[in-house]
Amino acid sequence: MENWINELKSSLKNTMKEILYPLAAIVISFIAGAILVYAFGKSPITAYKALFFGALGDWNKIGETLVTTTTLILTGLSVAFAFRCGLFNIGAEGQFIMGGVAALWAGWALSGLPPILHVTVTLLAGALAGGIWAGIVGWLKAKVGSHEVINSIMMNYIAMNLSNYLIMTVFNEPDKAFSYEIAPTAKLWRFAESFVQFKYSRLHTGIIIALIVALIAYYILNKTIRGYEIRAVGFNPSASEYGGINVNRNIILAMVISGLFSGLAGGIQTAGVQYRVNNLFGFTGYGFDGISVALVGNNHPIGVILSGVLFGALQKGGPMMQIEGIPKEVVGIIQGIIILFVASNFVRVMVQKYKENKEIKAQVAKGEVK
Amino acid sequence: MTKKTISLLLALVMVLTLFTGCAKPAEQPAGPAEETPAAPEAPKYSFGMVTDVGGIGDKSFNDSAWAGIDKAAKELGVEAKLLQSTKQDDYTPNLGSMAQSVDLTMAVGFLFEDAMKTSADQYADKKFGVIDTVVDKPNVMSVTFKEHEGSFLVGVIAGLTTKSNVIGFVGGMDFPVIVKFEAGFIAGVKSANPNAKVIVNYTGAFDNPDKGKEVALTQHQQKADVIFHASGACGIGVIQAADEKDFWAIGVDMDQSAESKKNKVLASMIKRVDVATYTVIKAYADDKFNGGAANAIELGLKEEGVGYSDGGKNVSAELAAVVDKYKAAINDGTIVVPGTREDLETFKPVEIK
Repeated sequence: MENWINELKSSLKNTMKEILYPLAAIVISFIAGAILVYAFGKSPITAYKALFFGALGDWNKIGETLVTTTTLILTGLSVAFAFRCGLFNIGAEGQFIMGGVAALWAGWALSGLPPILHVTVTLLAGALAGGIWAGIVGWLKAKVGSHEVINSIMMNYIAMNLSNYLIMTVFNEPDKAFSYEIAPTAKLWRFAESFVQFKYSRLHTGIIIALIVALIAYYILNKTIRGYEIRAVGFNPSASEYGGINVNRNIILAMVISGLFSGLAGGIQTAGVQYRVNNLFGFTGYGFDGISVALVGNNHPIGVILSGVLFGALQKGGPMMQIEGIPKEVVGIIQGIIILFVASNFVRVMVQKYKENKEIKAQVAKGEVK
Repeated sequence: MTKKTISLLLALVMVLTLFTGCAKPAEQPAGPAEETPAAPEAPKYSFGMVTDVGGIGDKSFNDSAWAGIDKAAKELGVEAKLLQSTKQDDYTPNLGSMAQSVDLTMAVGFLFEDAMKTSADQYADKKFGVIDTVVDKPNVMSVTFKEHEGSFLVGVIAGLTTKSNVIGFVGGMDFPVIVKFEAGFIAGVKSANPNAKVIVNYTGAFDNPDKGKEVALTQHQQKADVIFHASGACGIGVIQAADEKDFWAIGVDMDQSAESKKNKVLASMIKRVDVATYTVIKAYADDKFNGGAANAIELGLKEEGVGYSDGGKNVSAELAAVVDKYKAAINDGTIVVPGTREDLETFKPVEIK
């Protein structure tokens, strides 16, 4: 036990080094964003001030930022975990929706259970639904060989429409475009109940769950045989099979675990934030944001936590920027630029090129190369 | 290589000059405002709007609401603030953020009902305005519409236009607010044309044009030649069906004549959301802001909150004259338009020639 905590520490040190490049990329993209805001005829200083205060201006804002962060960490972990097995889980969105609906059912139908047990069951129901939803995609990939991207996109649509159907029929609150509320015993504890600082925010214990899940994901991936196998399949399925690893089983397993994370995110959204499920007019976007979060976090659980915080702050600071008269699209563009810079490894490539050039020059100077 | 370095440096300098250029205008307005907090030209009124995920540019609710707010802002000489929600579960924090920075926060649509209740409690010292739903809080002013009155008028138009004496109604979801359209429309049809029959169908959705088209085509097979829809985006399908099968469609909320390629939108029943938002801001500016369910405002024909529009020029002058007579009768109370199915049953059609 202590052994792997130590290793986690040393890997954290390594991550610090790994973080430098994305961090530089983020700084560059913020500069690019500033130029963009300036081009729109607004002051970048006002814009970033609004972004900062909107996301972290007071305890309530921090609380709200963490509410979004919780969801993003979980969907980010979901995408990252599947990615480690070489799978592109674009279906996190659908798994998130199914998790939300399943938690709604458990939160309502099983009322009467003692509080803590009921919350746990509610969240587990959400996770399980997400796991099954992703498991179908994994099973299809393993048994029939159909591509997980296409299948999971389709499963997203099925999830959204199934959810809307259920919300408007069996779970419907009469004359409303949303479901009824879950039982009080199924609700996650909110910080507002004990801390007056968070009075106006919906910050709930889900953030702690998300952090624990990130550690679990790290443990599974790096400290278990199963995790090793999953990563091996991700690196090279053929070589793994040759090495005696059951590729199909690991594909299904990775998808199911990935779906558990997204489903849990949906469950937490129901049990901690909304207490009900809305009739969706379009995708919530949390699953798709998870892809960005995973990419910027380099598909590493710890990186996902950090990028989850970054994206949470961007999303919650965005409204304040809008109130200051900056179009909502600009916030989206800044997010896009960050992903572009980080995912393209722009800084690392530039630094490496610079170093190579220096070496060549030194060699030329010495007369070793002509 | 040195060339590259120099060009990079140059680019960096250019970027930096950009910053110095933009830092100044930012500091200037901020500086004096901080030094003298009670600036004399500081606007007395401050208000803003939070949109749903549809946002500005939906050519419907949000655009119309913003038009009314913008108009009020220009008259009062202030700049209204705008916050477009990107996620459905962010309505509460977004209303809160807006309430923190302005006195009056506006939102449109029944989707805001729950969030509005929470925010009104949290920011009890701030004012809120909500359109199309009633929130019973002392600091929330609610405005709804008498959709049945506007629907009555298009019902008259439909009743006098139909040749087959079969008319269709396509509703979105069977909510009381949509039933208002249904009841008013049927009352209008029966008044103008007692022989006409109205087929009523609900799509069960507001966002599915295919479903709207399917229902409209089915109604057309049952000989309906004028179809009124109150089904949001499903209505686009209804209008498409009208284009294909050559019958009349009646639009809703805004003038929808532009949706039809063959000018098959007979008329549109319009809801003046801009009038509603303008009314709330005006009340706030004139110190007549009244919260609570008891003071909720209902805008009807008389207040120009509802009506019909004829962007396609398909309503003849004689027909328009008849409709105006009905309008006058509603305004002076001769006709009380039913807003529920129960009221519709007891409603006695009034024929005006």
